[in-house]
Parts: sequence; structure tokens; C-alpha cells
Amino acid sequence: MNTMNRLGASVDAEKLPPPETPWQEFIRVFKKDRLAVVSSIVLAILVVVGISGKVFTEWVVVFDAEVVRLPDKFLPPLSTPSVDIIPAPDLPQLGVYVFGTDELGRDVFARMLQGSFVSLSIGFVAVGISVVVGILLGGLAGFFGNIQLLKIMTVDTLIMRFTDVMLCIPTFFLILTVVALLPPSIYNIMIVIGLFGWMGTCRFVRAEILALRQQDFVVAAEALGLPKTRIIFRHLVPNALAPVLVSTTIGVATAILTESGLSFLGFGVQPPYATWGNILTDGKGFIFDAPWLFVIPGMAIFVVVLAFNIVGEGLREALNPKLRRR
Amino acid sequence: MLAYIGRNIALRVVLLFIVSVLIHGLIHLAPGEPSAVDPSNPRMKPQDIAKIRAAFHLDDPLYLQYVYWVRDLARGELKSFKDNQPVLGKIWRRFLNSLPLFICSTLIVWTLAFPVGIHAAIRRGAVFDRSSTLVAYALISFPGFFLSYIMILGVVEVFHVPVIGLRTFGMEGATGVFQFMDRVWHLVLPSLLGALGGIAILSRYVRSQMLEVVSQDYVRTAKAKGLHQDVVIYRHALRNALLPFITMFGLLIPGLVGGSVIFETIFAWPGLGLLGYEAILSRDFPVILTLNVFGAMLTLIGTLISDVLYGVADPRIRLE
Repeated sequence: MNTMNRLGASVDAEKLPPPETPWQEFIRVFKKDRLAVVSSIVLAILVVVGISGKVFTEWVVVFDAEVVRLPDKFLPPLSTPSVDIIPAPDLPQLGVYVFGTDELGRDVFARMLQGSFVSLSIGFVAVGISVVVGILLGGLAGFFGNIQLLKIMTVDTLIMRFTDVMLCIPTFFLILTVVALLPPSIYNIMIVIGLFGWMGTCRFVRAEILALRQQDFVVAAEALGLPKTRIIFRHLVPNALAPVLVSTTIGVATAILTESGLSFLGFGVQPPYATWGNILTDGKGFIFDAPWLFVIPGMAIFVVVLAFNIVGEGLREALNPKLRRR
Repeated sequence: MLAYIGRNIALRVVLLFIVSVLIHGLIHLAPGEPSAVDPSNPRMKPQDIAKIRAAFHLDDPLYLQYVYWVRDLARGELKSFKDNQPVLGKIWRRFLNSLPLFICSTLIVWTLAFPVGIHAAIRRGAVFDRSSTLVAYALISFPGFFLSYIMILGVVEVFHVPVIGLRTFGMEGATGVFQFMDRVWHLVLPSLLGALGGIAILSRYVRSQMLEVVSQDYVRTAKAKGLHQDVVIYRHALRNALLPFITMFGLLIPGLVGGSVIFETIFAWPGLGLLGYEAILSRDFPVILTLNVFGAMLTLIGTLISDVLYGVADPRIRLE
């Protein structure tokens, strides 16, 4: 049975390799970058650690992050607790202080577990908010861009100028201002970081939708009489998601770093909640006496942010249409 | 050309106005009043609070407060809530402090990023390329203050580099040369640490641009002609790769305000970032508003410069 290959030559259909779905193609290109594969495994481990952190420090309380043991202050990692002084229910579950204790005798390992969930959730929720807002505004600007409003400007111009206005404002400074003026709460931080980070996603989505609008499947959908919102959000946006996915992974990394910066300046999540930024900031006062209090959360943030960045770059390479075989 | 510049300037003036209104609304909508900063002071009587609120126009409707702010700013009479000093004077002094730090960091970034990026691009996949990629990722993944503290610990012991403030206490009596050397010595560590992140990002971008250019046909022709590698890279390839960087150069300028809060806190450098931080803590609305609008203005000026330079470099843009 003869068919045509992409150059137009006549080929025997049974001898061709089976056609590859886009998903398989993506996996094939992604797997070539070994560093990205390792980093995605690290991230999977991180997600597991985060969820188990929430489970084991708050719901089932295997590792208690809040119990204060003053006789056991400033113990280095892997040291044994003073069994005779500390009452039995306060002893660490694993028999040793895996990451040492801090200035109040709290188990740093338990605090890091609790903080992992908080830091990760801040990153994901903030980026989630910014992605939703960005896709909404970008989709509207790209698809309805020609519609005039009150004869002054088009929808596209309005949304793009609004994006430009938001891009003008120095981001970290404004986040700092708003977070400092609002009552300190973890939800405020998430919402504020999310509300100031949607501009990149909006631009990407709008550019992709403008390019995709001329394609035949959109004309066919309109001819079938599908409502416009369904066309945008069920058909166009999923095809436009590639650059959004890349900026999402890098956005989570940036959100985690922003949160640690805010904690350093005193405006992060308030005690007794632990986030990695909190633990790092508390530890900076004890660099000479107890360096593990500063180094451990810092290296943890470093490893996680590095993993997100590497996976983001790997995704960008794998989703790059110029590298596809077609 | 003039029409192009004129259109850009007019657009930016409108944007600046919208930004100022937005920021004003945002900051006044947030809870926390300047008159409530010190509730534990026993001498604060209700009459004092009322006096403060009247002097700062805090009870007036929002648009009136905006008008007062813009009017005072335009006349140059805007006074800070905290100590009644003119806001513009404060900002100018801190700006002069931030400026050497910013110029030094930018110089270091742009001088080091280009050779690293170009070398990584021309030997793609080699040891230098892969290791510089890894180092670049690592540099942008460290929390800013984590790396700074670790380096401070190492550097102060070995090299005796100063890490606090602008100058050594007591140097005012020394001669000009020694004062200048002292200032430069204090500038070294903050600007180096501030430059690290920028080098990482910029060298990656240089590398990707050079990779795009080096695969073009005219570069292949130049090499086939037998030209020396340096001539091919620096005279032919690099010039075409430079176009996005001309635009990026204008976008650097807003970093003067926003980028440095953390580094200025670590090194106790009295610059614009620290001014903003102190103003936020004391709910000093005029200073916060003026700083934010100043940052927005710098962004707009930066994008204007990059648009104009892009128009000069690429004539197709001017015709739009």
C-alpha cells in the first residue's frame, strides 16, 4: 500500500515507523536532557515530601514542629536528645535530631517538613492565580481584539495597555509595599504575588492565539456554530499552553525566592508557621554558633529552585516547535 | 523619526498618569494609617491625632488626596510624614548613593556576560558550555541573601573587605585620594554580589542569541572565505546578535529602584531601596508614592530609550 512521506515521495506504508503522538514526541525530546529528567525526579520527591510534611506534622503529628525543648537548644544535626531531661512524648520520633535543633529547641527536620508544604503551596497558588488571570486576559485580547469599545479603542489595545501599566511598576517594591500594609497572612502573600505576575502569561497567550486564529480548525468551529467562549477556552488555549507551561515552572521558582526575600525583610508568614524563608531568616542570626540553622534551609531552597529552573528549561527545549521532526 | 519619538513620549506620559492613579489608590486602600503608627505613646492625645490627620489631609476623599499629592510634588513642596523633610531632597540624596552601586553592577554584568556567552555559543556542547550553563542556573537559584552572607563570611576573614555602609567611620579627615579609595573599596562586594544574578541571566541570553546568528548562512560564507575566527565572530556575527541587547539596555534602568532592597539591607547601603523600606515601615505615604512613581517613570524612560535605540538600529520599526 503506497502513501506519501512529507517530501512528497511515494513510500510503502507498511515499512514506515508508526506515527508518533505529540505526547510521545515530547517525552522523547525531554528524555534527551538527562539533567532535566533528574530534576523532575527531584521535584516529584519534593511534592511527596510536601504532602507528607503536611500530613505528618499537622494531621497525624508524627513529627512535631512546635514543641519547645529548651534543654536541647542548638544541637548539631544527627545528635541524640537528652533522654533523661526531656519528657518522653517530646522526644523526636526517629531517635535523633536529623537536622539539629534551633534556638528554642524545636526539631529543625520537623520545621523543614512543615515549611515545605507552606513554601510549595505559596509557589503553586501564586502561580496558579497569575496563570488563570493571564490566560483569561490573553484569551480575550487575542480573540476579541478587533471589537471596538465606545469607538475609542479596541479590546486588544485596552488589555495590552493595562498590561503595560502593570509592567511599569517595579514589581518587588510594590509587592513589598502591599504585603507590608496588609495584615500579615499567608493568603495575602499568595494573592499579592499572583496578582503581580500574570503579565508574561497574558502576552504569550495573546501572541499564540493571534497566530492560531487563522487556522482551519477555528474556521470550522465557528462554522459549526460553537459559542465563542468554548472556542477560546476548549480549543485555542490548550494549543497555546506551551510557553505558559515553561513560564509556570520558572514562576514557581521565582515565587519561592520572592517569599524568602519577603521573610528576610520581615513581611513573610508570621510565626509559628514555618516556611523555608522563615527558618532561613531566623537562622541568619546564628551563623557562627549554629551554622546548620542557616545552611540547611538555604541549600533546600537552592536545590528546589534549581530543579524548577532546569525542568523549565528542559520543557522549553522539548516544547520548541523548531525542534520537531515535522 | 521625530514623529516616532513623539508618539512614544505621548503614550508614556498617559501611562505614567494612569500608573500614579493606580498606585495612589492601592496604597490608600491598604489598612494602616500614619497617625496610628505609635499607639503605645502615652502622650498621643486625640487632638494630636486629629491634628496629624488634618495636616496630612487623611480624612479627605481619595481624589482630593491625589490632587494634593500631585500639586505638592509639582511645586517641589512635598514633605514626608515622618520628619517633615522635603521628599525630593531625600530621594535625590539616596539616589546619589544608589547610583555608583548601580553603575558598578551594570558594568560588571555587561563586561563579563558577553565573553562568557559568546564562548559558550561558539563551542556549543563542550565542557565550558555545559559548566557555564550549570553555574548560571545555580547562581539564579540561590536566595539572594543566602549567597551574600556566605560570601561575606568567607571574604571578610581572608581579604578584609568592608561590608557595612558607604565609607569607613572617621575617614572624613583623610585626603581626597584616600577617601576615594575607601569608597571604591566599600563598593566592591555589594556590586559584585548584585551583579552575579545579572551575569547568569544575561550570559544565557547572549548564548542563545549567538547560537541563532552563528547558524546563519552569511556566517558560513565568512568562514568559507577563510576569515579569522575573531573577525567572523566579532565583526559579523556579534553585530547582528546585538539588536535585542540594545533594547535590553534601556530596560535595565528601573533596576535602580526596585532591584536592590535586599542587598542594601544586608550591606547597610543607604540607597533608594532602603528609603522605600523605611517609608513602608512608618507608613510614610508621600515617600512611598513618590518612590513608586519614580520607579515607574524610570521604567518608562528605559523603555523609551530602548524603543528609540531600536528605531535607530532597525529602520523597519520606525515605519510602524
